[in-house]
Amino acid sequence: MATAEPTSSKSDRMSEFLDGARHGMPVAVASLPFGLLFGALAVQNGMSVWEATLMSATVFAGASQMVGLELFGQTIAPWVIVLSIFAVNFRHVLYSAALGRRVPHWTPFQRAFGFFFLTDPQYAEGEKRAAGAHGLKFIWFMGMAAPIYLFWIVDAYIGATFGNLIPNPHALGLDFLLPIYFLGLVIDFRKRPLWLPVVGASAAASIAAYYLVGSPWHVSIGAAAGVLLAAVVTPANATAHRIEDAAE
Amino acid sequence: MSAMVWIILAGALATYLARIGGHLVLSRFERIHPRVEAGLNAVPAAVLTTLVAPVATTGGPVEWAALVVAGLVALRGSLSAMFLAGAVVLIVLRNLV
Repeated sequence: MATAEPTSSKSDRMSEFLDGARHGMPVAVASLPFGLLFGALAVQNGMSVWEATLMSATVFAGASQMVGLELFGQTIAPWVIVLSIFAVNFRHVLYSAALGRRVPHWTPFQRAFGFFFLTDPQYAEGEKRAAGAHGLKFIWFMGMAAPIYLFWIVDAYIGATFGNLIPNPHALGLDFLLPIYFLGLVIDFRKRPLWLPVVGASAAASIAAYYLVGSPWHVSIGAAAGVLLAAVVTPANATAHRIEDAAE
Repeated sequence: MSAMVWIILAGALATYLARIGGHLVLSRFERIHPRVEAGLNAVPAAVLTTLVAPVATTGGPVEWAALVVAGLVALRGSLSAMFLAGAVVLIVLRNLV
Protein backbone atom coordinates (compact mmCIF):
# COMPACT_ATOMS: atom_id res chain seq x y z
CA MET A 1 0.00 0.00 0.00
CA ALA A 2 1.36 3.40 -0.96
CA THR A 3 1.50 5.72 2.03
CA ALA A 4 0.20 9.24 1.72
CA GLU A 5 3.39 10.80 3.05
CA PRO A 6 6.21 8.72 1.58
CA THR A 7 8.99 11.06 2.66
CA SER A 8 8.11 11.27 6.36
CA SER A 9 10.28 9.33 8.74
CA LYS A 10 9.11 6.85 11.32
CA SER A 11 9.53 9.27 14.24
CA ASP A 12 7.58 11.98 12.38
CA ARG A 13 4.73 9.55 11.92
CA MET A 14 4.87 8.56 15.58
CA SER A 15 4.70 12.17 16.73
CA GLU A 16 1.78 12.82 14.34
CA PHE A 17 -0.05 9.80 15.77
CA LEU A 18 0.59 10.91 19.36
CA ASP A 19 -0.52 14.45 18.61
CA GLY A 20 -3.78 13.05 17.23
CA ALA A 21 -4.15 10.89 20.34
CA ARG A 22 -3.76 14.01 22.50
CA HIS A 23 -6.83 15.44 20.77
CA GLY A 24 -8.73 12.15 21.14
CA MET A 25 -8.17 11.61 24.86
CA PRO A 26 -10.52 14.36 26.16
CA VAL A 27 -13.27 13.01 23.91
CA ALA A 28 -12.65 9.46 25.15
CA VAL A 29 -12.97 10.62 28.76
CA ALA A 30 -16.06 12.78 28.15
CA SER A 31 -17.90 9.92 26.45
CA LEU A 32 -17.03 7.44 29.22
CA PRO A 33 -20.28 7.82 31.22
CA PHE A 34 -22.35 7.31 28.07
CA GLY A 35 -20.31 4.28 27.03
CA LEU A 36 -20.83 2.71 30.46
CA LEU A 37 -24.53 3.61 30.42
CA PHE A 38 -24.94 2.02 27.01
CA GLY A 39 -23.49 -1.25 28.31
CA ALA A 40 -25.65 -1.24 31.44
CA LEU A 41 -28.86 -0.45 29.54
CA ALA A 42 -28.02 -2.98 26.84
CA VAL A 43 -28.08 -5.91 29.26
CA GLN A 44 -31.26 -4.50 30.87
CA ASN A 45 -32.82 -4.57 27.40
CA GLY A 46 -31.94 -8.21 26.86
CA MET A 47 -28.52 -8.10 25.21
CA SER A 48 -25.64 -10.25 26.36
CA VAL A 49 -22.35 -8.68 27.44
CA TRP A 50 -20.71 -9.74 24.20
CA GLU A 51 -23.58 -8.40 22.05
CA ALA A 52 -23.34 -5.02 23.79
CA THR A 53 -19.57 -4.95 23.26
CA LEU A 54 -20.01 -6.03 19.65
CA MET A 55 -22.46 -3.20 19.04
CA SER A 56 -20.07 -0.57 20.42
CA ALA A 57 -17.22 -2.02 18.34
CA THR A 58 -19.16 -2.18 15.06
CA VAL A 59 -21.69 0.69 15.18
CA PHE A 60 -19.49 3.11 17.16
CA ALA A 61 -22.13 5.86 17.37
CA GLY A 62 -23.62 6.75 20.76
CA ALA A 63 -27.03 8.10 19.75
CA SER A 64 -27.60 5.35 17.15
CA GLN A 65 -26.76 2.63 19.66
CA MET A 66 -29.13 4.09 22.26
CA VAL A 67 -31.91 4.28 19.66
CA GLY A 68 -31.26 0.66 18.75
CA LEU A 69 -31.57 -0.34 22.42
CA GLU A 70 -34.80 1.58 22.87
CA LEU A 71 -36.35 -0.24 19.91
CA PHE A 72 -34.90 -3.71 20.69
CA GLY A 73 -36.98 -3.69 23.89
CA GLN A 74 -40.19 -3.50 21.88
CA THR A 75 -41.66 -5.82 19.29
CA ILE A 76 -40.46 -3.86 16.30
CA ALA A 77 -39.60 -5.17 12.85
CA PRO A 78 -35.79 -5.47 12.42
CA TRP A 79 -35.76 -3.24 9.33
CA VAL A 80 -37.42 -0.41 11.26
CA ILE A 81 -34.71 -0.68 13.92
CA VAL A 82 -31.95 -0.59 11.31
CA LEU A 83 -33.60 2.32 9.50
CA SER A 84 -33.87 4.27 12.76
CA ILE A 85 -30.20 3.61 13.56
CA PHE A 86 -29.35 4.87 10.08
CA ALA A 87 -31.60 7.94 10.36
CA VAL A 88 -30.13 9.13 13.66
CA ASN A 89 -26.64 8.83 12.23
CA PHE A 90 -27.62 10.34 8.90
CA ARG A 91 -25.94 13.68 9.60
CA HIS A 92 -22.66 11.88 9.01
CA VAL A 93 -23.46 11.94 5.31
CA LEU A 94 -22.70 15.66 5.37
CA TYR A 95 -19.58 15.26 7.52
CA SER A 96 -18.31 12.62 5.16
CA ALA A 97 -18.97 14.69 2.04
CA ALA A 98 -17.26 17.72 3.57
CA LEU A 99 -14.24 15.95 5.03
CA GLY A 100 -13.76 13.86 1.88
CA ARG A 101 -12.68 17.00 0.06
CA ARG A 102 -10.01 17.71 2.67
CA VAL A 103 -8.18 14.42 2.16
CA PRO A 104 -7.34 14.01 -1.56
CA HIS A 105 -3.85 12.84 -0.40
CA TRP A 106 -5.29 9.78 1.38
CA THR A 107 -5.38 6.49 -0.52
CA PRO A 108 -8.83 4.96 -1.24
CA PHE A 109 -8.14 2.33 1.42
CA GLN A 110 -7.25 4.99 3.96
CA ARG A 111 -10.53 6.78 3.24
CA ALA A 112 -12.62 3.60 3.42
CA PHE A 113 -10.93 2.68 6.71
CA GLY A 114 -10.66 6.12 8.27
CA PHE A 115 -14.26 7.18 7.65
CA PHE A 116 -15.51 4.35 9.85
CA PHE A 117 -14.25 6.47 12.77
CA LEU A 118 -16.04 9.65 11.69
CA THR A 119 -17.85 10.68 14.90
CA ASP A 120 -19.01 14.24 15.63
CA PRO A 121 -15.87 15.32 17.54
CA GLN A 122 -13.65 13.52 15.01
CA TYR A 123 -15.25 15.56 12.23
CA ALA A 124 -14.95 18.85 14.11
CA GLU A 125 -11.28 18.35 15.02
CA GLY A 126 -10.47 16.94 11.58
CA GLU A 127 -11.87 20.03 9.85
CA LYS A 128 -9.86 22.27 12.18
CA ARG A 129 -6.68 20.31 11.53
CA ALA A 130 -7.26 20.30 7.77
CA ALA A 131 -7.62 24.08 7.75
CA GLY A 132 -4.36 24.52 9.69
CA ALA A 133 -0.75 24.50 8.51
CA HIS A 134 -0.20 20.75 9.01
CA GLY A 135 -3.08 19.54 6.88
CA LEU A 136 -5.04 16.47 7.92
CA LYS A 137 -2.78 13.42 7.74
CA PHE A 138 -4.21 9.92 7.93
CA ILE A 139 -1.87 8.94 10.75
CA TRP A 140 -2.99 11.96 12.83
CA PHE A 141 -6.65 11.13 12.16
CA MET A 142 -6.12 7.54 13.33
CA GLY A 143 -4.18 8.78 16.36
CA MET A 144 -7.22 10.79 17.38
CA ALA A 145 -9.63 7.93 16.68
CA ALA A 146 -7.64 5.28 18.58
CA PRO A 147 -8.32 6.30 22.21
CA ILE A 148 -11.95 7.24 21.45
CA TYR A 149 -12.63 3.87 19.85
CA LEU A 150 -10.77 1.74 22.39
CA PHE A 151 -12.38 3.50 25.36
CA TRP A 152 -15.82 3.15 23.78
CA ILE A 153 -15.48 -0.63 23.47
CA VAL A 154 -14.09 -1.10 26.98
CA ASP A 155 -16.84 1.18 28.39
CA ALA A 156 -19.53 -1.05 26.90
CA TYR A 157 -17.90 -4.22 28.24
CA ILE A 158 -17.56 -2.81 31.78
CA GLY A 159 -21.04 -1.24 31.73
CA ALA A 160 -22.64 -4.48 30.53
CA THR A 161 -20.76 -6.60 33.07
CA PHE A 162 -21.91 -4.43 35.97
CA GLY A 163 -25.36 -3.80 34.46
CA ASN A 164 -26.12 -7.46 35.15
CA LEU A 165 -25.58 -6.90 38.85
CA ILE A 166 -28.15 -4.10 39.32
CA PRO A 167 -30.86 -5.50 41.65
CA ASN A 168 -33.70 -2.99 41.14
CA PRO A 169 -33.47 -1.24 37.75
CA HIS A 170 -36.74 0.66 38.25
CA ALA A 171 -35.49 2.39 41.42
CA LEU A 172 -32.39 3.50 39.51
CA GLY A 173 -34.58 4.86 36.74
CA LEU A 174 -32.92 2.69 34.09
CA ASP A 175 -36.15 2.36 32.11
CA PHE A 176 -36.45 6.12 31.69
CA LEU A 177 -32.83 7.25 31.25
CA LEU A 178 -32.95 6.91 27.46
CA PRO A 179 -35.82 9.39 26.93
CA ILE A 180 -33.91 11.88 29.12
CA TYR A 181 -30.77 11.33 27.04
CA PHE A 182 -32.72 11.75 23.77
CA LEU A 183 -34.29 14.95 25.06
CA GLY A 184 -30.79 16.30 25.69
CA LEU A 185 -29.75 15.43 22.13
CA VAL A 186 -32.88 17.10 20.72
CA ILE A 187 -32.08 20.29 22.64
CA ASP A 188 -28.44 20.08 21.51
CA PHE A 189 -29.65 20.62 17.96
CA ARG A 190 -31.56 23.81 18.86
CA LYS A 191 -29.25 26.10 16.83
CA ARG A 192 -30.33 24.39 13.61
CA PRO A 193 -32.65 26.38 11.34
CA LEU A 194 -36.37 25.55 11.80
CA TRP A 195 -35.56 23.56 14.96
CA LEU A 196 -38.70 24.49 16.92
CA PRO A 197 -41.23 23.87 14.11
CA VAL A 198 -39.49 20.56 13.26
CA VAL A 199 -39.58 19.37 16.87
CA GLY A 200 -43.19 20.54 17.25
CA ALA A 201 -44.33 18.75 14.10
CA SER A 202 -42.45 15.55 14.99
CA ALA A 203 -43.77 15.57 18.56
CA ALA A 204 -47.39 16.10 17.49
CA ALA A 205 -47.25 13.56 14.66
CA SER A 206 -45.46 10.90 16.73
CA ILE A 207 -47.89 11.21 19.65
CA ALA A 208 -50.87 11.05 17.29
CA ALA A 209 -49.37 8.04 15.46
CA TYR A 210 -48.53 6.32 18.76
CA TYR A 211 -52.17 6.35 19.85
CA LEU A 212 -53.93 6.11 16.48
CA VAL A 213 -51.65 3.80 14.46
CA GLY A 214 -49.56 2.22 17.19
CA SER A 215 -45.89 1.50 17.83
CA PRO A 216 -43.47 1.28 15.96
CA TRP A 217 -45.00 3.57 13.34
CA HIS A 218 -44.76 6.62 15.58
CA VAL A 219 -41.02 6.74 14.82
CA SER A 220 -41.19 6.86 11.03
CA ILE A 221 -44.40 8.93 10.86
CA GLY A 222 -43.17 11.47 13.41
CA ALA A 223 -39.75 11.80 11.78
CA ALA A 224 -41.25 12.16 8.30
CA ALA A 225 -43.52 14.96 9.53
CA GLY A 226 -40.58 17.02 10.83
CA VAL A 227 -38.36 16.44 7.80
CA LEU A 228 -41.14 17.24 5.31
CA LEU A 229 -42.06 20.38 7.20
CA ALA A 230 -38.46 21.60 7.03
CA ALA A 231 -38.23 20.87 3.30
CA VAL A 232 -41.59 22.46 2.46
CA VAL A 233 -41.23 25.74 4.36
CA THR A 234 -37.73 26.32 2.94
CA PRO A 235 -38.02 28.38 -0.26
CA ALA A 236 -36.82 26.41 -3.30
CA ASN A 237 -34.81 29.45 -4.41
CA ALA A 238 -33.02 29.92 -1.07
CA THR A 239 -29.24 30.08 -1.25
CA ALA A 240 -27.79 26.73 -2.22
CA HIS A 241 -24.89 26.14 0.15
CA ARG A 242 -21.64 24.44 -0.65
CA ILE A 243 -21.35 21.00 0.92
CA GLU A 244 -18.68 22.23 3.34
CA ASP A 245 -20.96 24.96 4.70
CA ALA A 246 -23.94 22.63 4.90
CA ALA A 247 -22.03 20.31 7.25
CA GLU A 248 -21.45 23.08 9.83
CA MET B 1 -26.12 -16.28 15.15
CA SER B 2 -29.06 -14.73 17.01
CA ALA B 3 -31.44 -12.20 15.45
CA MET B 4 -29.95 -9.59 17.78
CA VAL B 5 -26.48 -10.07 16.29
CA TRP B 6 -27.83 -9.71 12.76
CA ILE B 7 -29.64 -6.49 13.66
CA ILE B 8 -26.46 -5.15 15.28
CA LEU B 9 -24.40 -5.96 12.18
CA ALA B 10 -27.03 -4.46 9.84
CA GLY B 11 -27.09 -1.34 12.03
CA ALA B 12 -23.31 -1.20 11.84
CA LEU B 13 -23.42 -1.45 8.05
CA ALA B 14 -26.08 1.30 7.87
CA THR B 15 -23.95 3.55 10.07
CA TYR B 16 -20.87 2.91 7.98
CA LEU B 17 -22.81 3.65 4.77
CA ALA B 18 -23.75 7.06 6.19
CA ARG B 19 -20.10 7.73 7.04
CA ILE B 20 -18.65 6.73 3.71
CA GLY B 21 -21.71 7.51 1.54
CA GLY B 22 -21.51 11.27 1.82
CA HIS B 23 -17.99 11.15 0.46
CA LEU B 24 -18.84 8.70 -2.33
CA VAL B 25 -22.20 10.17 -3.41
CA LEU B 26 -22.97 13.61 -2.05
CA SER B 27 -19.52 15.04 -2.78
CA ARG B 28 -20.15 14.67 -6.53
CA PHE B 29 -22.43 17.67 -6.23
CA GLU B 30 -20.81 21.06 -5.74
CA ARG B 31 -23.90 22.57 -4.16
CA ILE B 32 -26.84 21.08 -2.35
CA HIS B 33 -30.50 21.99 -3.01
CA PRO B 34 -31.80 24.19 -0.16
CA ARG B 35 -34.83 21.98 0.44
CA VAL B 36 -32.70 18.83 0.56
CA GLU B 37 -30.32 20.54 2.96
CA ALA B 38 -33.20 21.72 5.17
CA GLY B 39 -34.61 18.20 5.20
CA LEU B 40 -31.23 16.63 6.01
CA ASN B 41 -30.64 19.15 8.77
CA ALA B 42 -34.00 18.29 10.32
CA VAL B 43 -33.44 14.50 10.38
CA PRO B 44 -31.71 14.01 13.76
CA ALA B 45 -34.00 16.32 15.79
CA ALA B 46 -37.08 14.86 14.06
CA VAL B 47 -36.13 11.23 14.75
CA LEU B 48 -35.02 11.85 18.33
CA THR B 49 -38.20 13.79 19.14
CA THR B 50 -40.30 10.74 18.26
CA LEU B 51 -38.38 8.78 20.92
CA VAL B 52 -39.23 11.32 23.64
CA ALA B 53 -42.72 12.74 22.99
CA PRO B 54 -44.92 9.59 23.00
CA VAL B 55 -43.00 8.05 25.93
CA ALA B 56 -43.44 11.29 27.87
CA THR B 57 -47.23 11.00 27.51
CA THR B 58 -47.14 7.54 29.12
CA GLY B 59 -45.08 8.69 32.12
CA GLY B 60 -46.30 10.13 35.43
CA PRO B 61 -45.41 13.26 37.42
CA VAL B 62 -42.00 11.80 38.40
CA GLU B 63 -40.97 11.25 34.78
CA TRP B 64 -42.31 14.65 33.73
CA ALA B 65 -40.36 16.38 36.50
CA ALA B 66 -37.16 14.65 35.35
CA LEU B 67 -37.73 15.70 31.72
CA VAL B 68 -38.51 19.33 32.66
CA VAL B 69 -35.42 19.67 34.87
CA ALA B 70 -33.22 17.96 32.26
CA GLY B 71 -34.64 20.22 29.54
CA LEU B 72 -33.94 23.38 31.52
CA VAL B 73 -30.38 22.31 32.33
CA ALA B 74 -29.79 21.38 28.67
CA LEU B 75 -30.50 24.98 27.65
CA ARG B 76 -27.55 26.17 29.76
CA GLY B 77 -25.20 23.26 30.36
CA SER B 78 -23.57 20.34 28.61
CA LEU B 79 -25.15 17.04 27.64
CA SER B 80 -23.48 15.39 30.65
CA ALA B 81 -24.82 18.02 33.07
CA MET B 82 -28.37 17.79 31.75
CA PHE B 83 -28.32 13.99 31.83
CA LEU B 84 -27.00 13.92 35.38
CA ALA B 85 -29.64 16.44 36.53
CA GLY B 86 -32.48 14.49 34.92
CA ALA B 87 -31.24 11.17 36.31
CA VAL B 88 -30.86 12.55 39.85
CA VAL B 89 -34.40 13.98 39.84
CA LEU B 90 -35.79 10.71 38.49
CA ILE B 91 -33.97 8.46 40.96
CA VAL B 92 -34.61 10.65 44.02
CA LEU B 93 -38.33 11.07 43.29
CA ARG B 94 -38.82 7.39 42.50
CA ASN B 95 -37.34 6.42 45.82
CA LEU B 96 -39.31 9.06 47.76
CA VAL B 97 -42.73 9.06 46.10
